[in-house]
Amino acid sequence: MYFRLLYRAAALRKGQAVAALTAIVVAAAAATAMLNLFVDVQAKLRKEFRNFGANLVVEAKSGSFAPEQISTIESAVAGHGLAVPFAYTVARDEKDRPIVVAGTDFELVRRLNPWWSVSAWPKSSGEVLVGVRAAPILSADGAPFTLQVNGRSVLVTSAGMVRTGAGEDSRVYMSLQDFRSWTGLEPSVVEIAASSSPEEVTSLLRTLQQTLPGADVRAVRQVTEGEANVLGKTRSTLLSSSAFIVCTAALCVLATLMGWVFDRRRDFAIMKALGASDLLIAMFVAGEAAVLAFAGAVLGFVAGSGIATWIGRVNFHAPVAPRLSVFPTVLAGCLLVTLLATLLPLQLLRRIQPAMILRGE
Amino acid sequence: MLVAIAVTLGAAISTAMIGIATGIGDKISHELRAYGANLVVTPEEDDFDVQIGSVDLKPAGSGAYLDEAALPKIKGIFWRNNIVAFAPELPVNVLVGRPAVDSATGSSRAGTPFDFAQGGSAPHNLTLVGTYFSKTLKYGTQEFTTGARTAFPWWKVSGAWPADDSGDVLVGEKLAARSAIQPGQEIEIDGKSHRIAGVLSTGGAEDDQIIAPLSLAQGLAGEPGAVRKIFVSAVTKPEDAFARRSPDSLSAADRDRWYCSAYPQSIAFQLTEVIPHSHAEQIRQVAQNEGNVLSRVKGLMLLITLAALFTSGLAVSAAMATAMFERRTEVGLMKALGAGQFALSAIFVSEAALLACSGGLVGFAVGGWLARELGRSIFGSAITVEPVLLPVILGIAITVTFVGSAAAIRRAVQYDPVRALRGEA
Repeated sequence: MYFRLLYRAAALRKGQAVAALTAIVVAAAAATAMLNLFVDVQAKLRKEFRNFGANLVVEAKSGSFAPEQISTIESAVAGHGLAVPFAYTVARDEKDRPIVVAGTDFELVRRLNPWWSVSAWPKSSGEVLVGVRAAPILSADGAPFTLQVNGRSVLVTSAGMVRTGAGEDSRVYMSLQDFRSWTGLEPSVVEIAASSSPEEVTSLLRTLQQTLPGADVRAVRQVTEGEANVLGKTRSTLLSSSAFIVCTAALCVLATLMGWVFDRRRDFAIMKALGASDLLIAMFVAGEAAVLAFAGAVLGFVAGSGIATWIGRVNFHAPVAPRLSVFPTVLAGCLLVTLLATLLPLQLLRRIQPAMILRGE
Repeated sequence: MLVAIAVTLGAAISTAMIGIATGIGDKISHELRAYGANLVVTPEEDDFDVQIGSVDLKPAGSGAYLDEAALPKIKGIFWRNNIVAFAPELPVNVLVGRPAVDSATGSSRAGTPFDFAQGGSAPHNLTLVGTYFSKTLKYGTQEFTTGARTAFPWWKVSGAWPADDSGDVLVGEKLAARSAIQPGQEIEIDGKSHRIAGVLSTGGAEDDQIIAPLSLAQGLAGEPGAVRKIFVSAVTKPEDAFARRSPDSLSAADRDRWYCSAYPQSIAFQLTEVIPHSHAEQIRQVAQNEGNVLSRVKGLMLLITLAALFTSGLAVSAAMATAMFERRTEVGLMKALGAGQFALSAIFVSEAALLACSGGLVGFAVGGWLARELGRSIFGSAITVEPVLLPVILGIAITVTFVGSAAAIRRAVQYDPVRALRGEA
C-alpha cells in the first residue's frame, strides 16, 4: 500500500514530479561538477605552473658533481618531476672573446623549459644551440666556428638559435657528451621541476639537503611564490563561485518541493480524514523525498561528472576523472535538502485541521 | 514568494559569475606580476653577457649602456598604466674587504682581504649590482615610485632596505652566511666603507651578490648615468598569432590595433620608442607562461559561468513551473467568470515578466555586490560589474522565467474550469 501510494503520487502528477526531479538533478549535477573540479583543478593548474621551469636548484658548492651524486639526485626526484643537469664553462671564441658554454641534455631541457623559443634543436654530435645575442657575433653567416677552453678547441656547427629574453640568449648550449669529451668537466648545477604540492617540494628540498652535504639546494622563490599566490587565489574564486551555484540550485529545489507539498494539502487532509496518523503522512512524504533525492543524486552525479570532464577537456586538454568519493557527499546533500523542503511545509500543515483544508480554507 | 527569491538569486548568481569571469583575467594578471619583470630593455649595440650564476665575467668597460635620464619616460608610453614597476640594473665587479674597524666588535682588522668567494678564489669576482629599491621618479607632473621592491616581489630583506640616495648596500644571503655578515656592519668596497643595511634572500643569483643603490654602482663603475639593463614588469594580454606579427608588415589600421593592444610585443616596441638606442625583449619564462596560466584560469571561469547560467536557468525554470501549476484553481475561477484564453495568457505572461524584471533588477544589484566583495576579499581589489550587463541579465531572467512558465501557462489556460475548481486537475 505504502509503495503503491508513492508510485501513484508520482505517476498522477507527472509534470510536477518531473519538475521536482529536474531541480534536484540540476543541483546534484552542479555540486558534483564543482566538487570534482575543485579537487582536480589544483593538479591541472599545477601542471601549467610547471611550465615556468625549475622550482628547485641544486648547485655544487665547489667544482662539479660526481656522476653518483647526479644519480642520487635523479633517484630522489624520480616520479616527482624532472631533474636536468647543467655544466658551465667560459670558453674563448676565434677572436679570444669570452663566451659561456653550457652542456646539458637537450631532451630534458625541452621538457623543463617549454618557453624556450628554438628554431631547430641539435640532433647530432658537434651541433650546438646558439643564443640569439651570441649568434651574430660568433658566426654571422651560420658557418661552423671554433671554441676554445684550456687550450683544447672544438669545431661546432649551429643547429639553431635559442631565444628566451634572459641569460640563455648569450650562451652556447651543447650536449653533455660533447661537453664532457671537450672540457672534461662534469655538471655543476641540477635544475629540478618538482610537480607536487608545496609540502612535498619542501620535503624533497630537505631530503636533497641531507643526502648532498656538498651541495647547495635552494628553492627558486620567484617560481614557488608566484605559483602559491595565483593557485591560492584561483582556488578561492572557484570555491566561492561553487558555493554560489550550489546554493542557488539548492534553493530552487527547496522552492519546487515546498510548492509541491503545499499543493497537495488536500490529499494529506483526505488521508488524515481517513484515519492516517501524522507520522504515517510524514513517513510517506519523507519516503517520496528520499526516492526523489536518490534518483536525482544518481542522475546528477552522472551529468555533473560529464560536465566536469567536458570542462577539463576543453580547458586543460585532459579530462577531469570522475570521483566516486564525491557521490556520498552529493547524496547526503540531496537528502538533506529534499527532506528539509518536504517536512518543513508538512510541519506547518499539521497545525491545520483537515476539515479546514477540505473546505478550501 | 519562494519563486521570486529563486529568480532573484538566479539573476544574482548570473551577474556575479559573469562579473567574475570577465574580471578574473585582469585580477590574475596582476597576481601574476608576482613573477616579476616580463620585459627587459638592453642597449641596442650590446654584445652578449658573460655571466655564470652570480658572477659577471664581462670585461670591464666593454658593452654599451642605456641612459638613466630616459627611465621616467617609461611612464609616458601608451600602455603606461599597465607598467606595474621597473628596475634598472648596472653590474660592476668590485673588490671587497673587511672594514678598517669592525663596528660590531670595535676591533681593528685593517687590510685583511675578505674571503667572500668560495675556495679562496680572487675576491674581485664579486659582483655588485646597482638598482633602484623604491625610488620616486617624476614624469611631467606625475610622480611615481618604482624599483626592485615592486619589480621583484619575492625579494626578502632581513634588516632594512637601503635608501636610494644612500651609500648603504644589501648583501646576498649566501654571501652573508659564508662570511658571517650581520646587518648594520660595515664592509669595504673598492677601498671605501659602506654600511650593510640588510641581508637579501631571493633564491636566485642575487644571493651571492651585493646589491647597491644605482648611483653608488655608477660611481664605482665610473659611468655616471649609465644603466646596463632595465627590467620592466607590465600587465600584458596573452599573445596570439596577431601579436607575433612584425609591426612593419601590418597595414596602417592593423598596426594601430597592434600598437593599442597590451601584447608583450607591443609594450616592448613602445619601450624602445622612448628609450634611445635600446632593444626590448620579453622574458619568455615569465611572459609566455603567464599567458598560458591566464588563458587557463580565464577559460575555467568562463566554462564554470556557462555551467552556472545553465544550472540556475534550469533550476529557476523548475521552480517557476511548480509555482504556476499551483494556481490552477485561480485559473478555473477566472475562466468561470468569463476570461478568454488571450486575457488569461496576458495576465500570466505579464506577471512572469514583472517577476523576471524585478527579480533581475534586485538580482543584478545583489550580484554586483557579491562580485565586488568577492574581489575585495580574495584579490584585495573590487571586481566591478559593468552596467552594460544589466540588459543581458534582464534578458536572461525573462527568458528563463518564460521558458519555465510557458508549459504551465499553456496547461493552465486549457483547463476545464469545472474540474479545476473542483480540484481534480
